[in-house]
Amino acid sequence: MLIHTAAEYDRYLRTDKLPTVWCPGCGNGIIVKAFIRAVAALNLPQDQVVVVGGIGCSGRTPFVLDFNTIHTTHGRALAFATGIKLVRPELTVAVVMGDGDSVAIGGNHFIHACRRNIDLTAIIFNNMIYGQTGGQLAPTTLPGRRTTTSVWGNIEPPFDIVSLALGAGAGFVARSTVFDFDELSAILEQALAFKGFSVVEVLTTCPTYFGRYNSNDDPYDMLHGLKERTDPGEEKLPVGIFRNEPRPEYTELYRQLTQKLGGGGQP
Amino acid sequence: MKTQQLMQGNEACAFGALYAGCNFYAGYPITPSSEIMEIMARELPRRGGIFLQAEDEIASISAVIGAAWAGAKAMTATSGPGFSLMQEGIGYAAITETPCVIVDSQRWGPSTGQPTKAAQGDVMQAVWGTHGDHPVIVLTADHVRAVFEMTVEAFNLAELYRVPVVLLLDEILSHMRENIFVPEPGELEVIPRSRPANGGKPVAPFGGPFIPIGYGVRFSVTGLAHDDWGFPVEGPPAERLLRRLVEKVRSKVREIARYEALYLDDARAAVVCYGIVSRPAESAVEALRSAGFKVGLLTLKTLWPFPDFLFRELPGTVEYILVPELNLGQLAREVERAVGGRARVEHLGRVDGYLLTPDQIAGRVAESLERRA
Repeated sequence: MLIHTAAEYDRYLRTDKLPTVWCPGCGNGIIVKAFIRAVAALNLPQDQVVVVGGIGCSGRTPFVLDFNTIHTTHGRALAFATGIKLVRPELTVAVVMGDGDSVAIGGNHFIHACRRNIDLTAIIFNNMIYGQTGGQLAPTTLPGRRTTTSVWGNIEPPFDIVSLALGAGAGFVARSTVFDFDELSAILEQALAFKGFSVVEVLTTCPTYFGRYNSNDDPYDMLHGLKERTDPGEEKLPVGIFRNEPRPEYTELYRQLTQKLGGGGQP
Repeated sequence: MKTQQLMQGNEACAFGALYAGCNFYAGYPITPSSEIMEIMARELPRRGGIFLQAEDEIASISAVIGAAWAGAKAMTATSGPGFSLMQEGIGYAAITETPCVIVDSQRWGPSTGQPTKAAQGDVMQAVWGTHGDHPVIVLTADHVRAVFEMTVEAFNLAELYRVPVVLLLDEILSHMRENIFVPEPGELEVIPRSRPANGGKPVAPFGGPFIPIGYGVRFSVTGLAHDDWGFPVEGPPAERLLRRLVEKVRSKVREIARYEALYLDDARAAVVCYGIVSRPAESAVEALRSAGFKVGLLTLKTLWPFPDFLFRELPGTVEYILVPELNLGQLAREVERAVGGRARVEHLGRVDGYLLTPDQIAGRVAESLERRA
């Protein structure tokens, strides 16, 4: 069902836990809203959805969402989610992570979840900085950008999360931004419905740290900056769906194995 | 007619886990624990359980905790280097009161150390390895049948107290084979994983019985200090949480204590040991008794919470205690603290990777008693 009104969104929120801890102008709330719209569009019952978060600004997402929610340790959200999904394959499991969470400290878990092709939806809030700890360098920070740990300008090349996911074998790989709410929620809807490991990198904004250290902390300008960075064109960062190819999914293969061995297919 | 079987320590651990209803295993290969993983890889899929070879030990413990919250009885097994990596997950399991079992087959360390020779060097790590005050139960075993029993016990205590339970084995116990009577179904008590009651008023998931996710009660689980529904708190409610977590184990020391006492009633000296060292210690005590020394033996199977009461209640005749360990003095300090000066406590450590011999233990006891007399 397509939802529009505040009341329809509130049904999926723990409104008593609002406001969020996020700063004014932060793009993360847009991702949460797009996620709710995608869940509603798929008519997923709240009891059948699990939201697993890591540590960082994005990790605070589970507290405001009225699903089964688990806020885990830094970088390990996918590993926790793997355990949950294996035991209860009938549940829809979404994993919200930051860029540092997913491809720095959690990089190993990320590539192995891609390889294993387990039916989880990884939503990566990429603000290109460590926001919650005060604005340090991330593995996604672009060259030359200033953070509290790259005060003279970043000299490290960043990860391209989409390429990383494609290379590691994820079945569904997409990138979107908080600038384009409709595109983002449509992609999240497809990712949640995809049977296999799906990765959605969402470029989001951190005016408080990234903006402030890089001479533009106006939330509106930063949102527009995302649009400009991702506009179609040779030099621009492409957005959209890069791969959507179902291949045998891990929990399904496991179920087939246990059935073949007479184990009944369920723990 | 009971069936006898030649069984390896690691095999007994794996079959003990299955006996206890373990239906989820995640792990990463490491000697000397790998046979546990290999058996689970073979047995779990055909029993309808889940086996996962994870990308590392951090993923293993994390998947175990996720599986437990999804309703599984979950375990992992490792050795020192992997146990070090699991500490962050053990802390998460402690604060979220997740029932789970972690087996650490100890090997000589630190670091890669001597792969693979035995040690008892991880005792204090098992107790204090993760940061912050926290509850944990640490068990050991001293022969192959006991490995089976203590693995079942580990699952039971994890369910009863909602804590991570660490079972400390060692390279010798893991790899040695003994002819044992395998417990028959129903012979050992197995505490089942709780499921939420259908209908009725939802009960808070923290502070009471364990409730898995996805059965119709929606709540939050977090490693942050939290209230009874799993939402973050600070200050006094965080203090209340931590005190409750630690007290739920600390206040049940007697209920959790597993131990065996031999010849203590008239003993002038006692050997206090745990794990594989209890084997040569038992031989040493028998030899000393035959030679006329009044020596008793106390074998601890629960190392934590430390059973202070056993030492307060030792017969007044005991004036000397020897604590032989395959380390440079870990549990001996707890013994010394609990004894509180009522007897002289000595440590005997062997750290070349081999087991203490009965002669080494008996020799030290006899020497100390004779020096005293």
